[in-house]
Amino acid sequence: MSKSSLKQTLKDLDTKKISIRELNQDYLKRIKENENLNVFIYFSEENVLKQIDNLENDNSAKKLKGIPIAIKDLFCTKSMPTTAASKILENFHPTYESFITQKLLDEGSIFVGKTNLDEFAMGSATNTSFFGNTINPLSKENEPLAPGGSSGGSAAAVAADLCLGATGTDTGGSIRQPASFCGVVGIKPTYGLCSRWGIAAFASSLDQAGIFSHNVEDASILLQSIAGFDQRDSTSAKVDIPNYFENLDDDLNGKTVGIPKEYSIDGTPMEISQIWEDAIKVLEKKGVKIKNISLPHTKYALPTYYIIAPAEASSNLARYDGVKYGFRSDEIDSLDEMYENTRAQGFGREVKRRILIGTYVLSAGYYDAYYLKAQKVRKLIANDFNNAFKECDFIVTPTAPSAAFPLNEKQNDPIKMYLNDVFTVPASLAGLPGISIPFGKDKNNLPLGIQILGKHFDEQQVFNAAVSLERSYE
Amino acid sequence: MNNLIKGEKYDWEMVIGLEIHAQVKSNSKLFSSSSTKFGSSPNSQVSLVDAAMPGMLPVINKYCVEQAVKTGVGLNAKINNYSVFDRKNYFYADLPQGYQISQYKYPIVGEGKVTIDFKDGTSKDIRIVRLHLEQDAGKSLHDQNPSKTYVDLNRSGVALMEIVSEPDIRTPDEAGMYISKIRSILMYLDTCDGNMQEGSLRADVNISVRKPGDEYGTRCEIKNLNSIKFIKQAINYEAKRQIEILESGGSIEQNTMLFNTSTGKTRPMRNKEEAHDYRYFPDPDLLPLEISQEEIVKIKSSIPELPDELKNKFIEIYRLSNYDASVLTAEKQTSDYFNKTINSDSELKKYAKIVVNWITSELFSLLNKNNLDLNNSPVSPENLGQLIKLISTNEISGKIAKDVLEDMFSSGKTARQIVDEKGLQQVTDQGEIEKVIDEVIAENPKMVEQYLAGKDKLLGFFVGQAMKLTKGKANPKILNELLINKLKK
Amino acid sequence: MKIDKNTINKIARLSRIKLDDKESEDYIKDLNSILDWVEQLNEVNTENVEPLSNISSSILPKREDVSNDTNSSEEILENAPDNLEGFFAVPKVVE
Ligand SMILES: [Mg+2]
Ligand SMILES: [Zn+2]
Repeated sequence: MSKSSLKQTLKDLDTKKISIRELNQDYLKRIKENENLNVFIYFSEENVLKQIDNLENDNSAKKLKGIPIAIKDLFCTKSMPTTAASKILENFHPTYESFITQKLLDEGSIFVGKTNLDEFAMGSATNTSFFGNTINPLSKENEPLAPGGSSGGSAAAVAADLCLGATGTDTGGSIRQPASFCGVVGIKPTYGLCSRWGIAAFASSLDQAGIFSHNVEDASILLQSIAGFDQRDSTSAKVDIPNYFENLDDDLNGKTVGIPKEYSIDGTPMEISQIWEDAIKVLEKKGVKIKNISLPHTKYALPTYYIIAPAEASSNLARYDGVKYGFRSDEIDSLDEMYENTRAQGFGREVKRRILIGTYVLSAGYYDAYYLKAQKVRKLIANDFNNAFKECDFIVTPTAPSAAFPLNEKQNDPIKMYLNDVFTVPASLAGLPGISIPFGKDKNNLPLGIQILGKHFDEQQVFNAAVSLERSYE
Repeated sequence: MNNLIKGEKYDWEMVIGLEIHAQVKSNSKLFSSSSTKFGSSPNSQVSLVDAAMPGMLPVINKYCVEQAVKTGVGLNAKINNYSVFDRKNYFYADLPQGYQISQYKYPIVGEGKVTIDFKDGTSKDIRIVRLHLEQDAGKSLHDQNPSKTYVDLNRSGVALMEIVSEPDIRTPDEAGMYISKIRSILMYLDTCDGNMQEGSLRADVNISVRKPGDEYGTRCEIKNLNSIKFIKQAINYEAKRQIEILESGGSIEQNTMLFNTSTGKTRPMRNKEEAHDYRYFPDPDLLPLEISQEEIVKIKSSIPELPDELKNKFIEIYRLSNYDASVLTAEKQTSDYFNKTINSDSELKKYAKIVVNWITSELFSLLNKNNLDLNNSPVSPENLGQLIKLISTNEISGKIAKDVLEDMFSSGKTARQIVDEKGLQQVTDQGEIEKVIDEVIAENPKMVEQYLAGKDKLLGFFVGQAMKLTKGKANPKILNELLINKLKK
Repeated sequence: MKIDKNTINKIARLSRIKLDDKESEDYIKDLNSILDWVEQLNEVNTENVEPLSNISSSILPKREDVSNDTNSSEEILENAPDNLEGFFAVPKVVE
């Protein structure tokens, strides 16, 4: 599958090699051909055509004018309903536009639709959605594969070339892992780089929006467009955003890469260890100094995450109560009945499981043993990275412990599912930027991803290392 | 001082602590930009944040933080350089987020104290545990529709300062004095408008009873009282209820109570039957609140004179009693009025006690009768000063002055004008007064006889008659002296 | 076993999620295995470690006290499952 890049498309539009309408008609056609993948929760051809009309009448210069973008259905949008893949947000029509989607609109991009996800971004396979599974476009005929999750719809949309880029959110790996599964590029920037305003919250101290794209250059262009301070998000960072694309530099000579020994985990498939070694070799050839580092608390990242994220989620999801918006049960003999039935019927199983866990770890008598303990371990994990980054400029690891797995695997054992995030969660806890790029295949010819982590707000270094690896792989 | 109340069998002591919720006097809410205006149409002042729309985030109001610090200073309390906003999780129809943003482990203000003054000249310190910032909830209306509760979120997110006292209060009166004192401090600081009717200031009362010397008993919390009268009533009722239970061998269940203002009774809240578990944890949407020492110093320097300082100043300068001075300083408008009055004429400083009396009894009762307060008094401080000057220089008698004040109140004229127009100047001329006395003696020979036979009380009758003839203008002192002399003759 | 029938009922009640018996049993199983698994954190010595709530190292930004005076009611009620006379409406509450 040869896909056009965003960079090239912008040139083609500029030189009038192709019109905005022609470009998007092309994408509309593919979207309709791929309906079986269940990529979109919301798609309306009419809506897209309307946007094309508007842009054709707009003479101003815009950076992403006419570029088809898919939006994870966790971002609130005025022109399209927002569900978070949950029944509980049935018929919810936001009256506001999220910070990030507004920026993309301001730059003239066209929203092709709202992509599927795990309900409230809780999952690693896009199989907890109220609207059904998304199917990985790389699946073989009779063996549907999971696209990863939670941003599986967005990853699949890019992989199937239904758009030139897509937004995602990553709380513990929800951009990087599906990017790896679908063979696309996915970047989760530093916590605070992109405003959370208007994104339905899962775990506020971890949630971070990011980008899926066909390649690293495109990712650098798109991240540029969505990054920036927002006074409506108190955790939004006031930092200068460099021009990532202009500054891309694949010359890594003299840089130091950290290779954390704790990421060699028993039971990791051979091919994954292999691509990791390959990547290190490539870097070495480019004059990068290889530094073996230790992130001693890596092992504890997952259990830490599975205390903190559900705890925050249990509180963040309390607002879905059938009073102000969304679904309300019919069985409402009293206010409490209304709450209990609305939330029982409105939330899916995984969401309820996490709310219950989160409620438990915050409850009287357990707070110190679970929640506070996890916050302390989180501190140690963050310290590990701080120490490591004294010795290296970036860190390279595999993205996920496996390639895309069959759709219905791992569904019944939550812990087995949680282990998917083993390589992505530590950086989430530390708030670090991370990118996943396709790098090699497994024995079934399924893509595998390499993850590059950088220092806080050093997205440029992450992009540089990524583009360097990408160019050497192609 | 005996603070005990009698049960059937024993004497009991009340142990009372107050949680006061004071609305910060700000234009916008604690974490959103919607207006805090009172009495607007339902749900008209509700931002996306206040309604807990998906993806909405809180951003703190700088002014509200400053007001909390200011109030902390006014409560003689420790200001914490580091505080944290926590989420208090529970479900209720008027709590859109499913949690209230409050401060739990690390409040913005720590321990402090306020002093209350009794009539007998003694005073007492009530210790403050903490003051923290939090959001108000919306409002549920249960009586608008037979089958539904209505929810109005206009109040949702309004900034409150919760001021928590130690259980240092022992009587309903002390509770009333304590909340009045807090209200007074808040209004001097201008951090809260103190309007209890509109709910800007309300209190939860924690109350238990014990036999003197015993450990604290189990307490009940009476929620959301918005007048001092109700606070006292609720405490009295609840204490009696607890005593009855204890004396009949029962035990108190820790409970949240509601006070019915029409029956004067408390009863347990029905929908809070289960144990609470608020699952407080730091709000991950907000960072810790840090206040530098410089900021605190800056805020401190902006603080006006507070009631206690002013009280001590009044005592020192004007030799007022502790109680008089505390009445005078209880409300800023009173002390302001007093200051203006006494400074309207340099001579008046010598008559401070008279000034206090004329303000707190004569003027107050006129204002009361007419449903007015000092802020819209028809008698200006300068005019009252002029009236008092006329009294103190014996130009008019105190009795006539009362009529003059009433006239000033209704006509808006100055004391001088009224006195001149009506010729109310006191008669101090001896000859003139003697003439009147002679007339009275001549007209009442029988009375004179009785007086001389020893019926001293009749002196008052002669004074009255003489006053009648002078239309009350005779100087009472001179009249008295002359009358006694003449009668003896 | 940390989570028993009683505990799951208590948590479900706090979370305002009604569970049927089958679900309760499933969640008892799930939660117990998750809690057993996260307890490996007890191996970590966290003495004198400050808990980390938010990774951001910046200072809490503050807003000026300016109010917007737009009437919100239409927008706010637009998505409400039930609204009457300008209010959100819920089943009657007896306090
Ligand atoms: Mg209370
Ligand atoms: Zn409170």
